[in-house]
Amino acid sequence: MRLQWRTDLLSDTALVRDVALVCLADGIVGVSFGATAVAGGLPWWVPVAMSLLVFAGGSQFAAVGVVLAGGSPLAAVAAGAVLNTRLFPYGLAVSDVTSAAGGRARRWGTRLIGAQLVTDESVAFALRHTDPARRRTAFWTCGAALFTVWNIAVPLGVLAGSAMRNTAAFGLDATFPAVLLALALPTLTDGRTRVAAIGGAGAAVALTPLLPAGLPVLAALGGLAVLWRPRRRPDADGAGDSHAARRPAGHAIPVRSNR
Amino acid sequence: MMPLLAVGALAAITYALRIAGPLLAERATVPAAAQRLFTSAAAVLLMALAATSALTAGHDFAGWARPAGVAVAGLLAVRRAPFPVVVLVGASVTALLRLAGIH
Repeated sequence: MRLQWRTDLLSDTALVRDVALVCLADGIVGVSFGATAVAGGLPWWVPVAMSLLVFAGGSQFAAVGVVLAGGSPLAAVAAGAVLNTRLFPYGLAVSDVTSAAGGRARRWGTRLIGAQLVTDESVAFALRHTDPARRRTAFWTCGAALFTVWNIAVPLGVLAGSAMRNTAAFGLDATFPAVLLALALPTLTDGRTRVAAIGGAGAAVALTPLLPAGLPVLAALGGLAVLWRPRRRPDADGAGDSHAARRPAGHAIPVRSNR
Repeated sequence: MMPLLAVGALAAITYALRIAGPLLAERATVPAAAQRLFTSAAAVLLMALAATSALTAGHDFAGWARPAGVAVAGLLAVRRAPFPVVVLVGASVTALLRLAGIH
């Protein structure tokens, strides 16, 4: 808590800086998406329309990947949709901040817009904070900035991709997992979440040769099973790994009565 | 080729998934334990997506260059390097390995 006060004073400038850095990184990913899509033979409007309407990098790459690998449009939609099922738990995790406070009309208007801004990045930013006002600021700042940058970067990539022959030579395929990793690692503060995430990631990779695209990532949720069993035990499970102290930010639960 | 209909369908499904959480939370209070579980679920999905997109291409191994670049990026992320540095170094390592003939 002591640290929290200090963090609050610095967090506005820190937020703007961090959001700008994520936007720059995602801008690179956006350029690589636009370039990959048109270099593979898709018309220019496909990556551009997807970026505006779908606005979810992973599913955009997945859907375009399926089509470029010779899959049907239906398989492409399925792969993208399955990958985006994670947006449902994301939406639940940040449901308190996707709409602005105010009257009924304002709440609904902002909720409809806010929903489109639910992404890996905006959720990760919101989850860094426990205070509702800070969560909301973090979510909307990141979401709006990212939407703008993404929809500028992808058309730029389309232009670049028309000129570039071999996007793999520039390592552009490494940009998307690199951004995800940079986002995910700081959220793994809780010991058991870390175990769940690493176990789940291993399972997802192992299942990739066997399952249709998109499903292995969902199978990783099986890793959450580790969170269930030792739930009611006192803090004997892990020296110094106090969950009350190291819980990831994102829950307005100041007191844990059962510990 | 991907018709406009496919893009529209994916957009509609994606939006429905996005708005479902906030709408559900409006009607019923989400218990703190469930909220915690969803937060962990998000972290698990992010890591799984990072791992699969780093290591696999389609149903196969992506080769060594990409995971090596992503691993270096992960190391930099742990050391709190700025995001663009993380991404650019990751892509550069992958590109240089490929230039050196390692795929």
